[in-house]
Amino acid sequence: MRALVTGIGTFWGSRIAQELEGRDDVEVVVGLGTNEPVLPLERTEYVRADSGYTILQRLVHATQVDTIVHTHLMVDSTQLGGRAMHEINVIGTMNLLAAAGTAGSPIRKVVVKSSTLVYGAGKSDPYVFREEAKRTTPARTPVERSLLEVESFVSDFSEDNPHVTVTLLRFTNILGDHMQTPFASALRLPVVPEIFGFDPLLQFTHEDDACAALVFACLNEIPGVYNVGGDGTIPWSEVCTIVGKRRVALPPVLTGLAAEPLRMLRVLDLPSELLTLLRYGKGVDNSRLKRAGFRYRYSTVGAVEDFARGLRLESTVGDRTPAYRYQRDVETFFRHSPAVVRDHE
Amino acid sequence: MPEPSDDRAQTARLAEPARAGAPSMPEPGTQLVPVPGEERTDDDHLRRGDVDRWGRSESIREIARTIYDPMYRYWFRAEWEGLEHVPRHGGALLVANHAGAIPADAPAIMHGIETELGRPVYGLAEFLFRDVPVLGTLWSRAGGVTAHPENAYRLLHDDRQLVLVFPEGVKGTGKLYRDRYQLRRFGRGGFVEIAMRSGVPVVPIAVVGAEESMPIVWKSPRLAKLLGVPYVPVTVNMLMFGPLGLLAYFPAKFKFRVLPPVHFGVDPDQERYSRSRVMDEADRIREQIQDALFDMLRKRTSVWSG
Repeated sequence: MRALVTGIGTFWGSRIAQELEGRDDVEVVVGLGTNEPVLPLERTEYVRADSGYTILQRLVHATQVDTIVHTHLMVDSTQLGGRAMHEINVIGTMNLLAAAGTAGSPIRKVVVKSSTLVYGAGKSDPYVFREEAKRTTPARTPVERSLLEVESFVSDFSEDNPHVTVTLLRFTNILGDHMQTPFASALRLPVVPEIFGFDPLLQFTHEDDACAALVFACLNEIPGVYNVGGDGTIPWSEVCTIVGKRRVALPPVLTGLAAEPLRMLRVLDLPSELLTLLRYGKGVDNSRLKRAGFRYRYSTVGAVEDFARGLRLESTVGDRTPAYRYQRDVETFFRHSPAVVRDHE
Repeated sequence: MPEPSDDRAQTARLAEPARAGAPSMPEPGTQLVPVPGEERTDDDHLRRGDVDRWGRSESIREIARTIYDPMYRYWFRAEWEGLEHVPRHGGALLVANHAGAIPADAPAIMHGIETELGRPVYGLAEFLFRDVPVLGTLWSRAGGVTAHPENAYRLLHDDRQLVLVFPEGVKGTGKLYRDRYQLRRFGRGGFVEIAMRSGVPVVPIAVVGAEESMPIVWKSPRLAKLLGVPYVPVTVNMLMFGPLGLLAYFPAKFKFRVLPPVHFGVDPDQERYSRSRVMDEADRIREQIQDALFDMLRKRTSVWSG
């Protein structure tokens, strides 16, 4: 397998590249990103590109990669604005798929990381969404709109290219020591927000499971849409109890307005799609991916517990992840200099 | 860049993996354990609460039962007949008639079956509750579930629980006192389809007493529309006790008659079921309950003492 990983400058991309390059059956890993890799990588070749992936067609042709792992989809609207999100998600995916779909393209597999945000959440929605579920609430936020557009590109692509295995994974909220998600940031605060009178059931995926699911999709032939989420849903109040945090209530009416000053003071940024989740909650049916053979290491409560343990350690000894800084010359030296002995057999 | 103009955008679908090729999950034996159908993972010891995936909490339910018990026992003096028709194991859809401005039948049926049989009952109700702070959460913890076909299917098929549904919906509770015990339309027969799809029987229950516990004498459709609620009733209770009447039920004698379970003899998990068959079955069940109601009313000598 020759793999191309997008979004190498994010934790996701670097982590997937790490997993892939550790496997013998993966010949080449090319990491594409606007930023440098955030984790140390052994043999992944890093290519800097703008988020529109204009060089992609040349790159695919030159490297003859057969698998694309598209992790560079932004689902956290606290990190960038609607315009930039549209640019990265929609335009990026469009160019990516256009490059992958040209005549004579060597691409045989495309794995896309999406989010269960595409289902929306509302009062008339089921407690547990299947992959076929339709939205009942209009998509109002930029992130949801852009993800829906991305998904429609992906399904068009899969229709136009029947010889390509297209796997779309929809992730629930991810918790872990390394990944910065809005829920993780909320749970890191001294007091955790909730909406007065609501205690929604939520589902979480552990970051290890999230990465494992993407790698699983790369290594197996599983075309179609799959939900990814740990088993079970638990109330937000219980999440806070496990993490050991007190809760502070936001008013149930005009919640967005009440959250605005917090955002302006940079205390807490809860975008409206997450406020909706804190009101109605959401669970997804993860059985399709399990039937395909994937095994989760963490259930929802297990993921929360592991996150809580990480937080406790962090509060005692501080952030213990060693800072890694990509240095182009060093990386190039180790990969390409004749002075480096590569075969240690 | 064109923005999606359609607000109710559909989520994307890709080509699905071939059904036959995929190894199917081992089907859980249909009638093995009463509770719960959900997979028990090793992580259960990590849980700090007992809220299940439907939002029901057995400990809160327990408190609710303790509070409600005197009401059930001494106020409504609930009396059951044919309780043996409620299955001790496996899923079943309990279907009853619905009445009273703020219906007292749902908590009474749930309380009765839970205390008599020791099995949890999940009550399906309108989406309305999910929007209300505090009340919505309490309702959910006490066993209320939003009436969505997907929820009902999972509860019945996957978890093999008892599920209570009132097919008349708000048409039943919002009817005037002069229309008492005259069943409204049973929706579009969706409850029959869900039972067929889940492979469970329907257990009809006829309820007498709820109509008289909070009778509606007048309704304001215009006000209801304004407030966005199904109906704004004026009840006899309100005429007598003012706003307190919203909480005060009359002590009508509650009688429940459970009718024999209706099995449909069709395969579960079909793509679709014959519409006419579904409507016929729904009508038959409606008539059974209606007949039972008339029979019970014939035998009833007093609204208050039964």
